[in-house]
Amino acid sequence: MFQATSLTRRKQLGEFIARTLFLLMTLLMVVPLLLIVGYLVYQAWPILSLDFLLSNPKHGMRAGGIWSPLLGTVYLVVISLAIATPIGVLAAVFLNEYARDNWLTRVVNLAVVNLAGVPSIVHALFGLGAFVLFARLGKSILAASLTLAIMTLPVIIASTKEALAAVPKAFREACWNVGATRWQTIRHIVLPNSISGILTGVILQVSRAAGETAPIMFTGAVFFKAIREGNVFAYGLFDQCMALSMHLFTISTQVPDVPKALPYGTAVVLLSTVLAVNALSIIVRVRLRARRKW
Amino acid sequence: MEKASRSIQNRPRWEVAAETAIEWLIRLCGISAILFVFGIFFFVFREGGGFLFHGFKVREFFLSPEWYPNSQTHVRYGALALIAGTASVTVLAMLVAVPFGIGAAIFVSEFCGPRLKETLKITIELLAAIPSVVWGFIGLTVMNSLIINLFGAPIGLNVLNGGLILALMSVPIIVSIGEDALKAVPDSYREAALALGVTRWQLVYRVLLPAAKNGLLAAALLGVGRAVGETMAVLMATGHAVNIPTSLLDSVRTLTATIAAELGEAPVHSDHYQVLFIIGVLLFSITFVVNLAADLIVRGVRSK
Repeated sequence: MFQATSLTRRKQLGEFIARTLFLLMTLLMVVPLLLIVGYLVYQAWPILSLDFLLSNPKHGMRAGGIWSPLLGTVYLVVISLAIATPIGVLAAVFLNEYARDNWLTRVVNLAVVNLAGVPSIVHALFGLGAFVLFARLGKSILAASLTLAIMTLPVIIASTKEALAAVPKAFREACWNVGATRWQTIRHIVLPNSISGILTGVILQVSRAAGETAPIMFTGAVFFKAIREGNVFAYGLFDQCMALSMHLFTISTQVPDVPKALPYGTAVVLLSTVLAVNALSIIVRVRLRARRKW
Repeated sequence: MEKASRSIQNRPRWEVAAETAIEWLIRLCGISAILFVFGIFFFVFREGGGFLFHGFKVREFFLSPEWYPNSQTHVRYGALALIAGTASVTVLAMLVAVPFGIGAAIFVSEFCGPRLKETLKITIELLAAIPSVVWGFIGLTVMNSLIINLFGAPIGLNVLNGGLILALMSVPIIVSIGEDALKAVPDSYREAALALGVTRWQLVYRVLLPAAKNGLLAAALLGVGRAVGETMAVLMATGHAVNIPTSLLDSVRTLTATIAAELGEAPVHSDHYQVLFIIGVLLFSITFVVNLAADLIVRGVRSK
């Protein structure tokens, strides 16, 4: 009764071709990622060890490990996080809880979008002009962290805003009805109910800050600096530091005759840190979605 | 009403004061993004502004390919080759990334089941997370030797390398914004089309693409913004030669890479240093316009 006419068959063929084509396009992006990560790990395998993580670069960065840059990256990330998180969360609270639908809100939203789009090297110029020179912080961990904080601010604002917006309006109304003020509502109802979402944004900020190179190049990161191995307090706020991302750039382009495994090892440590942190944020988000009751 | 106001009066004074303070702090943080955008423009302009008004040759900057900032005899700041470098890698990146990104967005949004969709979205998110310096390193090692072997080029660090790396870097943003744009097409459109007996391909081609074209355009624009502003990856992958490219296998240098490579060596407040900041102003302006345009387009879509 239902026979495939030539038209149907042609339609099915078209459908099949389209689907395959789009699938191939998608796979062409995803598969290289896996191949490349696999290749990097393969090349880095001989050098990856705890010792590699815990010893300073040696012999003009042609031997040794990545302790100094690793610790530098941790400092930069933690300090920029400490600066960006409160500002970003409060900014999102403003946008979602206080701002009315007027020109100011639109300008703020536009500024957030544009801040996210400013090239990283322009952030570097800004950090150099504003923090290193104008504020006289000099090339220091603090100046670099401030630059990173401003650069990653949009990430926190965007994800926090999303998290706040996901809290139902009824929660707030119930709270206002029992006489709570706006801030009390935010403090006791809105923020606790959106904490996992905010956490996701903070984690994403960590991964962004850890990977950036350009903004810290002229504001605080140096090519080489040996610190006491095993001492996690080896850097001070106004010291210059090494950073993993910058170290990878240095040993892969600036220093001749580096043993091949060294940059691969650095790349794998940097990449796996960033990907692990991102995976963590995805897990938090998925669990949050599964647990949400409203 | 009276009760509510009394209960506020009964609160300890410091608590009310603290609350007022916090609310002002929230407002301050709220507008911080505006302050930062202006701050960025102000400080970058401030460092480069002096030279901009004294001695900066606009014609030379935009029309001459001769970039000799360290010449002993005749210093020249012609940025045409750098602009051409940025343009060439960006155009190549977009030629690859826009079709692939939109194709992938269509596949993720229309052609695959929820399970696969979730997996692909996570993978694309991870793709977006790879630091640019790692992309640069991939360009320097993997892509470099691939290009040398496949095309017999003397050096694999060129427009092709940088463009492909940039394409891979900007695809995630195109996919995610593009997918949002497709998702924003009302389901009634899909249902109406399916009720007429179209296949999914016809649905995509005749209904979804026209309906979502603004959002897809915004996605492409954001990809352009990302590609123009990218620094480390192009610094490492394009071969670092100031040169107007004539083929895909020519080495180039981009605006961003020039700042990154030369700022460390230019003495503070020298002409050279200030020209690099002027390039920064140019980059800031380009990305500002591109992002503004993308945002206006997206907003237009939403208000419909």
